[in-house]
Amino acid sequence: MANLRKVKEFIIEKLIFTSGIASIVFVALIFIFLLAEGISVLRYVSLGSFIGGQFWYPISDPPKFGILPLILGSLLVTAGAIAMAVPLGIAAAFYIADVAPVKLRNLLKSCVEILSAIPSVVLGFLGIVILVPFLKHFLHLPTGLTALAGSIMLAFMALPTIISISEDAINAVPREYKEGAIALGATHWQTLTRVIIHGALPGIIAASMLGIGRVFGETMAVMMVTGNAAVIPTGLLQPVRTLTATIAAEMGEAAKGSPHYFALFAIGIVLFVISFLINLTADFLLHRGKNR
Amino acid sequence: MKKIEVEHLNLWYADFHALHDNTMSIREKIITSLIGPSGCGKSTLLRCLNRMNDLIEGVRIEGSVKIDGEDIYQMKSGLTALRKKIGMVFQRPNPFPLSIYENIAFGPKVHHMAKAGELDGIVEESLKAVHLWGELKDKLGKSALGLSLEQKQRLCIARLVAVKSEVLLMDEPCSALDPLATLKIEELMRYLKTDFTIVIVTHNMQQAARVSDETGFMLLGELVEFGRTTDIFTRPKDKRTEDYITGRYG
Ligand SMILES: Nc1ncnc2c1ncn2[C@@H]1O[C@H](COP(=O)(O)OP(=O)(O)OP(=O)(O)O)[C@@H](O)[C@H]1O
Ligand SMILES: [Mg+2]
Repeated sequence: MANLRKVKEFIIEKLIFTSGIASIVFVALIFIFLLAEGISVLRYVSLGSFIGGQFWYPISDPPKFGILPLILGSLLVTAGAIAMAVPLGIAAAFYIADVAPVKLRNLLKSCVEILSAIPSVVLGFLGIVILVPFLKHFLHLPTGLTALAGSIMLAFMALPTIISISEDAINAVPREYKEGAIALGATHWQTLTRVIIHGALPGIIAASMLGIGRVFGETMAVMMVTGNAAVIPTGLLQPVRTLTATIAAEMGEAAKGSPHYFALFAIGIVLFVISFLINLTADFLLHRGKNR
Repeated sequence: MKKIEVEHLNLWYADFHALHDNTMSIREKIITSLIGPSGCGKSTLLRCLNRMNDLIEGVRIEGSVKIDGEDIYQMKSGLTALRKKIGMVFQRPNPFPLSIYENIAFGPKVHHMAKAGELDGIVEESLKAVHLWGELKDKLGKSALGLSLEQKQRLCIARLVAVKSEVLLMDEPCSALDPLATLKIEELMRYLKTDFTIVIVTHNMQQAARVSDETGFMLLGELVEFGRTTDIFTRPKDKRTEDYITGRYG
C-alpha cells in the first residue's frame, strides 16, 4: 500500500519534472535548428556583409544577401508603432482605471478586448482598404503603402496588450496611496502623476515591453501595408520591408538547401536575437523598478 | 473658540441612512474623541469634516459643517485648500511609495508652498515636530516603505505638519500599532495639540479617556452624547452611554 503510493508519487514527480524541462528542451531544439540552418549562409557571404549589406537581391545572379534594409525596416516600423501606442496606451489605461465612470469603464474594457481579438490578417485587410488610400490621398504620397501605415497597424495591435496590462498595474496600486494624496489636498491629476504612477511603473514598463515584443514579431498586417521594398528607409513615408515579412513572403519560393533558404533562416536568427534582447531589457527594467 | 460646527448632519450611502441628525461643536486646539461600537458611523462622521466622502459614489449629505464659520458644503471651490487645512491620518499608515524626503515634500509641492531651497527646511521642521528627525536625518533618501509602523504613522502626521494643516483628523491612528507605539503616538498628540485641533476616532475607550478633552459617543449613526471627557466617563447623562462605557453594550 505504502509502496504503491511511493511509486505513484515518484511517477507524478518525474512527470512534472519532464513537463518543466520540456519547454527548455523545445527552446533549445528550435534554436539549434535555426542556428544549424542559418549558419550555413556564411558559406556564401561574410557576417559583416550579411548584417551590414545594403542590398537584398536573393534571386539575382550573383545573389546579394544584405539584410541591413530589412533590419532598419523592422526597427523603423516598430519604433513608429511604439511612439504611437505607448503614450496612447498608458493614457488610455489611466483613463479606464482611474477616471472613467463605471459604465463607460466597462464599455471601454470590452472594446479593448474586442480590439485584441481582431485577427492580424483582418486588420491588415482594413489597412489596405482604408488606411493606405487615406494616407496616399491625405499626405499626397505616390503610394500609401509605407512604413507609417505599418506603424499605425502595429500600434493597433500593441494597444490592447499595453492598455490591459498597464490597467492591471494601476489597479493594483493600493487605494490608501490615492486616499492619502487626496486627503492632503492633491488634485486628481497630481495624485495620478505623482503617486499612483510610482506604484504602477514596473507594470507599465512591462506592458510597454510586451507591446514592443508583440509588434516586432508581427508579420501579416505589416506585410500587407508596408509595400515591401527592400531599400534602406530614410523616413516613415516610404515603403519598407521588415525581417518578418521577408521570411513569410520568400520561404515558399526558396529551394530547400539553396543559399536563399539559408539566408532566410539566418534572418530568423537575427529576429530571435533582437526579440531576446527586448525581453532581456524588459526584465532588467522590471527588476530595477522593483528594487527601488 | 469653536473650530468646527456640525449642525443637523445627515448622511446616506445610497439608501442606507448612516448619520442621523448629528450636531456637535469642536473646540480649537484640544483633542476631541469619537467613540462607539463598530459600524456606528465614527469614520463616516470624521470623513464628512474634510469631505473625503465625496469620493464615494452615491453619498448624499444634508445639514451643515462649518469650519471657522464657513460651511464647507456650500463653498463652490477650494476643496484642495480645505483638505490641506483639514488633514487626515488613516488607520493603516499610508506613506507614499517615495523616499522619506519626498513624502514630506509632496504636500508643499502640490500646494506650491515652497520656493526651491525652502523644502529642506520644511522637511526638517516637520520631522522634528513628530520627533523623527534624529532617527531619520541620515536616511531621507530611503524609501518610506521600509520604516516601522510607528515611524510610518509619525511620517504621515509630519506630512500634515508640512502643509500647515490646522486640524488633524485621525481615524483609529493606533490600531495597527503595538501598545508601546500607541502610547508614544498619544504622547505626540498631546504635544501637538498646542498647535493643532485634533479629532480622533477610536475603538479604545481607555485611549479616549487618556488622551482626549472632549468626547462624543455614537450609536447606530446617532451622536448620543457629546461633552467633556471626564463627564462622559464619570457621569454620563444618557443610559446608552453609561451601558457602553461600563461594558454592558456589545
Ligand atoms: N462606502 C460605504 N457604502 C455603504 N455603506 C457604508 C460605506 N462605508 C460605511 N458604510 C456603512 O455605514 C455604517 C458606518 O460605517 P463607519 O465606517 O462610519 O463606521 P465606524 O464607526 O467607523 O466603524 P468601525 O469602528 O468598524 O470603523 C456602517 O454600517 C457601514 O456598513
Ligand atoms: Mg471606522
